[in-house]
Amino acid sequence: MPDLLIELFSEEIPARMQAKAAADLRKLVTDGMVDAGLTYAGARAFSTPRRLALVVEGLAASSPTVREERKGPRTDAPEKAIEGFLRGAGVSRDELDVRDDKKGQVYFATIVRPGRPAAEIVAETLEKTIRNFPWPKSMRWGAGSLRWVRPLHSIICLLSDESGANVVELDIDGIKSGDVTKGHRFMGPEAFRVSGFEDYETKLKRSKVILGADERAEMIWHDATNMAFAAGLEVVEDRGLLQEVAGLVEWPVVLMGQIDEEFLELPPEVLQTSMKEHQKFFSVRNPSTGRIERFITVANRETKDHGATILAGNQKVLSARLADAKFFWENDLRIAKDQKMQPWLDSLSNVTFHNKLGSQRDRIDRIAALAGALARKTGADTASAVKAAQIAKADLSSEMVYEFPELQGLMGRYYASAAGFAEDVANACESHYQPLGPSDDVPTQAVSATVALADKLDTLTGFWIIDEKPTGSKDPFALRRAALGVIRIILSNNIRMNLDQFIDSQLLKHEIQSNRHGATEQELSALNDTLEEIADHGVFGAAFRLVLDKLEGKDDAPDTGEGSVLRTVADQVPDVSTDLMAFFHDRLKVYLRDQGLRHDVIDACLAMPGYDDLALLVRRAKALSETLKTDDGENLIQAFKRANNILTQAEEKDGVEYSFGADVKFAETDAERALFAALDNADTAIAPAMEAEDFVSAMSAMADLRGPVDAFFEAVQINSDNQMVRRNRLNLLTRIRQTCLSVADLSKIEG
Amino acid sequence: MAEESSKPRSFQEIILRLQTYWAEKGCAVLQPYDMEVGAGTFHPATTLRSLGSKPWAAAYVQPSRRPTDGRYGENPNRLQHYYQYQVLIKPSPPDLQELYLGSLAAIGIDMDLHDIRFVEDDWESPTLGAWGLGWEVWCDGMEVSQFTYFQQVGGHDCHPVSGELTYGLERLAMYVLGIDHVMDMPYNDPQTPIALSYGDVFRQTEQEYSRWNFDVANTGVLLKQFEEAEAECEKILSEDHIDPKTGKHIIMAHPAYDQCIKASHLFNLLDARGVISVTERQAYIGRVRALAKQCADAFVQTEAGGATIARAGEG
Repeated sequence: MPDLLIELFSEEIPARMQAKAAADLRKLVTDGMVDAGLTYAGARAFSTPRRLALVVEGLAASSPTVREERKGPRTDAPEKAIEGFLRGAGVSRDELDVRDDKKGQVYFATIVRPGRPAAEIVAETLEKTIRNFPWPKSMRWGAGSLRWVRPLHSIICLLSDESGANVVELDIDGIKSGDVTKGHRFMGPEAFRVSGFEDYETKLKRSKVILGADERAEMIWHDATNMAFAAGLEVVEDRGLLQEVAGLVEWPVVLMGQIDEEFLELPPEVLQTSMKEHQKFFSVRNPSTGRIERFITVANRETKDHGATILAGNQKVLSARLADAKFFWENDLRIAKDQKMQPWLDSLSNVTFHNKLGSQRDRIDRIAALAGALARKTGADTASAVKAAQIAKADLSSEMVYEFPELQGLMGRYYASAAGFAEDVANACESHYQPLGPSDDVPTQAVSATVALADKLDTLTGFWIIDEKPTGSKDPFALRRAALGVIRIILSNNIRMNLDQFIDSQLLKHEIQSNRHGATEQELSALNDTLEEIADHGVFGAAFRLVLDKLEGKDDAPDTGEGSVLRTVADQVPDVSTDLMAFFHDRLKVYLRDQGLRHDVIDACLAMPGYDDLALLVRRAKALSETLKTDDGENLIQAFKRANNILTQAEEKDGVEYSFGADVKFAETDAERALFAALDNADTAIAPAMEAEDFVSAMSAMADLRGPVDAFFEAVQINSDNQMVRRNRLNLLTRIRQTCLSVADLSKIEG
Repeated sequence: MAEESSKPRSFQEIILRLQTYWAEKGCAVLQPYDMEVGAGTFHPATTLRSLGSKPWAAAYVQPSRRPTDGRYGENPNRLQHYYQYQVLIKPSPPDLQELYLGSLAAIGIDMDLHDIRFVEDDWESPTLGAWGLGWEVWCDGMEVSQFTYFQQVGGHDCHPVSGELTYGLERLAMYVLGIDHVMDMPYNDPQTPIALSYGDVFRQTEQEYSRWNFDVANTGVLLKQFEEAEAECEKILSEDHIDPKTGKHIIMAHPAYDQCIKASHLFNLLDARGVISVTERQAYIGRVRALAKQCADAFVQTEAGGATIARAGEG
């Protein structure tokens, strides 16, 4: 069982691509060999800045010989058919067998595919892998046309077993495979030969190359934490950075340096970001003060001065960088303190948010108005919510955020505090971006939650109205994330609001803005009136009709005919609104499914009033879900379905609706009478419970019907010969249905 | 020690050593292009010569102007006028990284004491319609050069590929010489009778140009000049390839490209004056790119661009 060693040695591979490239190499080579019939026991891939390596252990010496028997035409088939069969099978006529079949004598061919030696398969697979490697970006170099991530210099392709090692011959655009590689660029530059994986790994280490990225990362983390600990400090953990740094060095040497005193007053996040983004330094924190006081850099080599020159150089570069950051910070603070960030807000008028959705300033104005309206629902102080929305994005114009976009929001909080805004207003600058992902925290302060909701709703309605919705895996504006954010903010803060109304009015606001130059004054005023009506009375359709009614007969009434601005808006808004609401419901189902709530349970509740009041909807769904888990609940569903089925069939057959009129005086059995009594009790209990949104009580009252309903079905034949009795029983079934449906649409429940 | 004596003592010595080094490695040492450009890449010895199949090897200093970077000579690192050292070799040789490292050694960077790293940095010039893959080269965490394998220039695929090295001379020299403020850097040998610092040579001009760039440059004139350069570039390229006077086949790729360079620099000046809005910016860049592309189209039809020219009268 030979082992295979592959090394692809190139100029420096971008750190961010190395891990995936190693995994791709392993997958492509092993898949390719297995497809060709070559089995193996195990495979491991490695990457350093200058090489990808793969070791495959326990490789079969050759692929097995494969015999395939193929059935052909009958012996008396036309000559053409037989010739065709011979061609297809690649055999001659005298190699054919003749066998008896149900229909007569039939030709059989045995096709033998002889096994191929491993070397042949490996060479073929590796060449194909190199030529089709899925680099995120690849390039040509010199006069050649081969593509690789950076110029490829040499290839090791070696099969080795007890008897020795053999190079698998390969020539890719002039790069010939061999058994030679090089060590560290500076500390072990001489070429050397290897005889197998162990030899390769050992000699690399001797030439100052640690082959495994994980091993390098471990070394770095180990040395860094030790060094910080010895100084009474701790390294700020950053796995992404650790992985990246491990991809920048073949021989990691950890060095710890000082940050100049004059920079220690910068916000820790600024220090951390500047050091990470520009220099790929780790931050070292004083655990007692939380201040970042030192940095850790990872050099790629040892030096005779033990890194003194390297550290001094890095420290100098850092000082220059931090001098820039300090300059930005001080300039920004001045604008925040002296001018309350106003110049930034002014300049946002010149920054396009999206060419169909206006400038950042337009957007801020919309969000602020919406935040004001939402404040009534979220319990936030209206003035604070509006103020917070107005300044929440001011930092986008600051010098610091221009330099470090990832500090947006955070700098906003610092600057808003410096400008003297209240704490909850300042906090909203940062937390209105939250939640940034499914695991990120949801803003809980009322002002933050309000601005966060307004921001996300404005974004969603905006992209919906210009028809830039997410499709498949494409969601360039992170709209799924925004919708999930809205859902999580509403649910975790238990915000009671009819989402529909806010969607409609925000859609209309986008329409008003996009029509502000094309529409007449009357048209705009009609749309603005509609906006006010929505705020007072609910959804777009009703509000718009109200406005049109008022305008009717007036001389200056705007055109509402086909193709007019008003008609177009009136046609568009309801459809877009419905579509966006459905999107919210889809996201809600996905979100609740992860929490163990079935989609059919949600569907059963969506059919009830308040479908756009997500907090209510979810409470209803949770209560229903719990009820369905009980024995009574589960059985009641079956009984409900039975009642429903019998009713539906009878109504279809008789052509009438058995919708009311069940009367206890026509009851013939105790079971019937008991059911009447139970339904009366249930209705008495359910109605006020629903009124009070006490779904648990309502559903438990409903589940209590299980006994009487079961007993009823047990004791009574619905289809009595007495038509009066039959009708009464069917009407009784209707009462079961109605009582159940008053809680949720149980017909949507599956199973 | 030999190492000590090999330390350069001035800005100009570093330039001279680079010139000598690359001359020894076979590059034609060219002189700066006589026009205002934003970077050494704009020199036709790079932009145009990276196109077509003909081998090429050139090295040169290029004064570069970035009006928005002016700081009145006060910032320790930022200048509106600075020098780039540029090397372009086509096809890129297999040992270009080693050649490059040799040039660092030549200017006195002791490879045994420093940490040199090739860190991913892909290069793109939207105004030139050009891009390439490569690295920024770090020395002890400081970017000292840009190293790029050109893949496309002026919208044309590069075949063969050129390897391009760009050294930011002031920053590199400050590092090698251990200087903290660019204006304090010795320009010539500090031991000579008339020792000049970088500040002696450039402080005043930095002030003058900063003022002019930011506040005085006549934007109306600049806008007009931009339009004129654009029109002139297109006109030059639309001329008949056969010169009516001499009867020779002459495509005026270089004169047209001069106008493209002009337009590009005028755009930079307008940008520094703050009269170009965010949306207009893209449009201006697109206009310069269109010129660069037309010049590239023209150059590849010339002899230097690798075309086999059927001369008038021969065909």
